[in-house]
Amino acid sequence: MSETTVHGGVSTDSSLRRRLAEFWYYFSENRGAVIGLVFFLLLVLVAILAPWIAPHGPADQYRDAVLLPPVWQERGNASYLLGTDAVGRDILSRLIYGARYSLFIGVIVTSIALVGGIVIGVVAGYFRGWVDTLIMRLMDIILAFPSLLLALVLVAVLGPGLINAMIAIALVFQPHFVRLTRAAVMSEKTRDYVIASKVAGASHLRLMFKTILPNCTAPLIVQATLSFSNAILDAAALGFLGYGAQPPTPEWGTMLADAREFISSGQWWVVTLPGVAILVTVLAINLVGDGLRDALDPKLKRS
Amino acid sequence: MLKFFVGRVAVMFLTFVGVSIIAFSFIRLLPGDPVALLSGERVMSPERHAALMHDLGFDRPIVIQYFDYLWGVLRGDFGTSIVTKQPVLDQFFQLFPATLELSVCAILFAVIIGIPAGVFAAIKRGSFFDQAIMGTALIGFSMPIFWWGLLLIMLVSNTLQWTPVSGRISLMFFFPPVTGFMLIDSLLSGETGAFKSAVSHLILPTIVLGTIPLAVIARQTRSAMLEVLSEDYVRTARAKGLGPLRVIGVHALRNAMIPVVTTIGLQVGVMLAGAILTETIFSWPGIGKWMVDSVSRRDYAVIQGALLIIAATIMIVNLVVDLLYGLINPRIRH
Repeated sequence: MSETTVHGGVSTDSSLRRRLAEFWYYFSENRGAVIGLVFFLLLVLVAILAPWIAPHGPADQYRDAVLLPPVWQERGNASYLLGTDAVGRDILSRLIYGARYSLFIGVIVTSIALVGGIVIGVVAGYFRGWVDTLIMRLMDIILAFPSLLLALVLVAVLGPGLINAMIAIALVFQPHFVRLTRAAVMSEKTRDYVIASKVAGASHLRLMFKTILPNCTAPLIVQATLSFSNAILDAAALGFLGYGAQPPTPEWGTMLADAREFISSGQWWVVTLPGVAILVTVLAINLVGDGLRDALDPKLKRS
Repeated sequence: MLKFFVGRVAVMFLTFVGVSIIAFSFIRLLPGDPVALLSGERVMSPERHAALMHDLGFDRPIVIQYFDYLWGVLRGDFGTSIVTKQPVLDQFFQLFPATLELSVCAILFAVIIGIPAGVFAAIKRGSFFDQAIMGTALIGFSMPIFWWGLLLIMLVSNTLQWTPVSGRISLMFFFPPVTGFMLIDSLLSGETGAFKSAVSHLILPTIVLGTIPLAVIARQTRSAMLEVLSEDYVRTARAKGLGPLRVIGVHALRNAMIPVVTTIGLQVGVMLAGAILTETIFSWPGIGKWMVDSVSRRDYAVIQGALLIIAATIMIVNLVVDLLYGLINPRIRH
């Protein structure tokens, strides 16, 4: 008995390695995806090392250095590489610390939406019947609202702030995961291997999460990447509207809300740079998402 | 087809009831006293509070309150704004044309550029153009549109002085709204320059709101086109000796459009979410700005009513898209 277990363990390990190698083969064919991944990993590094690499504190105000332009422009100062904002805070340092917030938002929102969506979706797809109907109608109700509007109203109920914004966004993203999981579970449920382990006496829980779920992961991974980037965008939008992270948090969307008054006064860097940070981060994640989709989609692989 | 339609309407009605329960409970979930929230009066005597409680019907059982609310909604009573004292539905109809006008322009902008770009990228698959178009589309898809709006205002309105910064028309023009659509009203007014002014006010918001749909449509068109181009009937059409324009324009595009139409329909929700940001940036007096203003003014009656109206609008549009889908795709009818 113990021998077979060991043997089985080894074989799954090597098949996992083979699958990973195969995945990497297809993923690395997509140059954009690799660039996106490298950028994303760099950003993670920047976020982790923020206190050591940021030249200044994110909230330090230098009253003698208000609204300085970036270093390559006239009046630029080498100790504030990307210039300073209206109260003399170093923009580069704030952007570096902002990476922490954006990645944190992406990870938390996606995790909540993913885990919640998977559990609800598996239950709906596995049990069908009235449970399924009830769950899917509830999801329809959430999907009936434009996501940002619902998030905005939820934040109005819960009170403005980053945590509440993340909860609201996660709730709004959840139905997509529910639908995907449910569809995948339904198509897997009648396969022979599921029926075989059912006959062998596997419990509902085991069938749902151990037998079926691992075979439904590909679309979920792709959707999770998409949610990651959308969460960053929506949280920044809420921050911009004044209902996300509150000043003086160096969250990129909140920084843009502060910068609105400078669109007509020539201090372009205050307005431009936080947006560039959002755009490039979201773009990198979406590039990775495209690469994942191509590498995980068996239909495209064959062609 | 009829059965499909009836089934869809039944599901839609159920969803609507669910949405109404959410809108109904929303005001009761808020921290604070619903009577104070709905009347907008901060300080009031206990007698006044009790009277309002009775007037607003809060002293009755919750289930009765809900059915009363639903009955009101079905007769078109979506509540009254605390700030303006106007019925929510009236306000909605006043502001909706502005959002509709902007959304239609944005969708047209997205379709007119997105579909040809996607088709072109598919035909020239792997070429420099394909990569350039798809790269641009991915940037558009990743765009934080509130920042995109600020950037365009900074460049086009302030630096180049090409377009106005905000609003729907120059303050120089004043004429009564006939249709609510500024492009039509400005033509009807007969004032010289009014139409030009309306168009110049529309350009930037259209680009900002249309950017994400444009990117989505271009990507979707390309992949749908690629799928169709490898089909046998396209090869047959080519083998028959039909010109490339006819093969692509008639045979391939028609089938490739089926998923694209669905995508366009799905953009309606995206548009309304985008309208929240776009209208705020450009001070565009539509539904999106109304919602943001109502949230910041704590006009909960408006939020409650508007949530319901907006959800109903989206559901109806989705139903229409589903029906259209059945019409252009004969396979789904069976």
